[in-house]
Formats: sequence, C-alpha cells, structure tokens
Amino acid sequence: MERDDVIEYSLDAHHSDEDGKKIRKKIWIVTALLSIITIVEVGVGVLWPRNALGADSGAWLSIKLFYIVLTLVKAGYIILTFMHLGDERKSLKYVILVPYIIFMIYLMFIAFVEGSAINAIWAS
Amino acid sequence: MAGHATKQMDAATLWGGNESPFSVSYGKMMMWFFLVSDALTFGGLLVAYGTIRYTYTGIWPSGEEVFHHFPLAGEAHLPLLYVAFMTFILIVSSVTMVLGVEAGHRMDKKGVIKWLALTIVGGFIFLGSQVWEWSHFIHGSEYGKITMADGSVMKAHYDHGTHEFKGFEVVQDGSKYKIGEEYEELHGDHAVALYKSIEENEPYRIVKGANLYENEYGPSHYGQFFFFITGFHGFHVFSGVIINILVLLMVIKGTMHKRGHYEMVEKTGLYWHFVDLVWVFVFTFFYLV
Repeated sequence: MERDDVIEYSLDAHHSDEDGKKIRKKIWIVTALLSIITIVEVGVGVLWPRNALGADSGAWLSIKLFYIVLTLVKAGYIILTFMHLGDERKSLKYVILVPYIIFMIYLMFIAFVEGSAINAIWAS
Repeated sequence: MAGHATKQMDAATLWGGNESPFSVSYGKMMMWFFLVSDALTFGGLLVAYGTIRYTYTGIWPSGEEVFHHFPLAGEAHLPLLYVAFMTFILIVSSVTMVLGVEAGHRMDKKGVIKWLALTIVGGFIFLGSQVWEWSHFIHGSEYGKITMADGSVMKAHYDHGTHEFKGFEVVQDGSKYKIGEEYEELHGDHAVALYKSIEENEPYRIVKGANLYENEYGPSHYGQFFFFITGFHGFHVFSGVIINILVLLMVIKGTMHKRGHYEMVEKTGLYWHFVDLVWVFVFTFFYLV
C-alpha cells in the first residue's frame, strides 16, 4: 500500500557499487587507525606503568592526558564514520553532540571539584 | 553516505514544512535520541566513578595489575592484554556491522547476511571474554589483601613463577604503617610468619577475589563500579546481539528487500556502534588511567 503522508527519507540512502568501494576503503582505513591507537595505548601502559612512575608524577599526568586525547580521537572516528553522523545534516549533528558535550563538561567540572575538596578534608 | 542528507536545499525549503529539517526518518532520529539518553547514563556512571576516585585518599588499584591474566597463560604477567583483545573484538565487530550497513545501501542481501552474522559472532566472543574476566576477578589471586591489626591495608606480593609469598605493601594508611614507607618486618621470613599466623588465627582479615561488599584489589567501590559499569555495558552488548539476531532473521526472510531499503540494519547498527563507543571510554577510564 502506498502512503503519501509518510516521507521515507531512508529510501534515498542508496549508493552505487563505485560509491560503495570508496566507502569501504574509508572503513578499512578507520579500522586500521582504531586498532593502532588501541595498541599504542596498551603499549604505553606496559612501558610506563602508573606504579613505576608514581600516581602523582608529572609523567603519569601527561600519559593520562595522552590517553584521554587518544580516546576522544577514537570516539570521534566511531561517531563520525561508523555511525556516519559526519554525513548527516549539520543541524542533526549539532543537536546530538553539542548539548551532550556541554552537559558532560559541566558534570565533570562540578563532580571532580567536589571530589577533590572531599579528598582534601579526608586527607587532613 | 550518499542520500537525502547530502542533498543541497535552501533553508526556506528545509524549514518550511513538509520536509524533515534533519533529513532523517522518524525511526533513525529516535534511535539517536535514545543513544544520547543512554550516553548520559554511561557518562553519569563514569563521572561517578571518577568522583569516588578523587575523594579516595589511599592508592587506587591500577588496571595493569588487576587485569594481567590471559586464558591458558597461568600466572604470566600480561598487563591489559586480554582487555585489549576484547576492545579489538568489539572494534572488529563494529567494522563488520558498518560493512553490513554499506551492503544494505547497495541492496546486497547476501552481503548484509554475511556481515551481520559475523557481527553476531563478534558479540558472542566479547560476551564470553567478559564471563572469563568476571570469573577471574571474582576468584582473585593466591594471597589476597590483608587488613593489619593497626587498621592499615596491605597487598600481598608473591613470586608469579614459584607462587612464593614475598612481602606486604601498604595500600592504605593505618596508625602504624603508612603508604610509601619501608618497614623491615614486612619483608622476608618475618612477613611470611606474620602472614601464616593471620591465615591460621584470623582468616577473616584476608580478602581474596571480589564480591559486592569487598574485594582484594582496592576499596569496595572499585569492585562495585567494576561490576556495575562492565555489567551494564555487557547487558547492552547482550541485548545488541539479540536485536542483531532478530534483524538477521528478518533479512534472511527477505523482509527488508521487499521493503525496498535496509534502514533497520542501519538503526541496529547505530546501537551496536554505540556499544563499541561506550567500551572505548570504559577501557580508558576504568582500565588504563
């Protein structure tokens, strides 16, 4: 049965064999990248473990930052390529990402500041 | 991907009605909204974990030391290798999923079946790995964690080859023993005798493995967050596998082909990638950092 009140946007989500080849190539490149990042993360952990560096040392702090940056890179590739949010309209992309990111930054700020304050009291 | 979303349209047409301003179907948009709300749950759990870590004054367990076992490798010290393997499995199953979605866009039924089936296999391997990891975590090590008479908490050190007890390390301050300081009586023969006497006379002071109340790796919160975060994630993987199986059956039956598009595969794909995405964050914040 044909319905004219429903606009099926997904019907347009088709592509040719040639486009498919390009998309598959991109998928494999991203796969290699994600695997390499994971190997690097584990390798860094094996070479410079936290307990050898000291949990409060500057070296461990920079490794932590390095991990967080790599995690965000991985997350970016998964969201934008695998979930192809990067190919959707900008309006959808920002509706999904911006409120979430703002809220999480706020939540982390408020919770971690509070956590450190409690730590300072318990430690004294 | 090619399709409606990449079509050039001026703002007046796009926002003037009779047209989805986001150029996505209702189902896909709702899947995105669900994923945002689910991401808030996981974000809340990880932030809660971080907050507890910030408040804790002792030494927080290091993932490299807690998770260094590999199936069939015995006591070999292989830090995080198995968790890395699990991460890799999940990434690969995410790749097979996205290849299935791509095949769907070409109306390639056989391709969708092949990639979706492989995705399900990846999901089962991950779940199995998690079962192994949980059982190892619950089972624990040979000597465990010891609470001393002065209230301090010690971790047992032992030779991974000969299984011989070597000494204590302070992980939480007591009235006598403090973190980071060396005490002669906590090493060598004296320590072995001390451990034996505790084992015989006050076995309740030794904790081995983990349950919801206490664990040998660190504070009780550590085990609780481990069970809750990886458990909640594992539950997501499990339901993802079930949904994937249902969609695979529909694809095999030809439901999608008759419908003229494979959007259902795309929507379950979004969920499956999300599960991978969450694991990337769990891997960093629970295991690595």
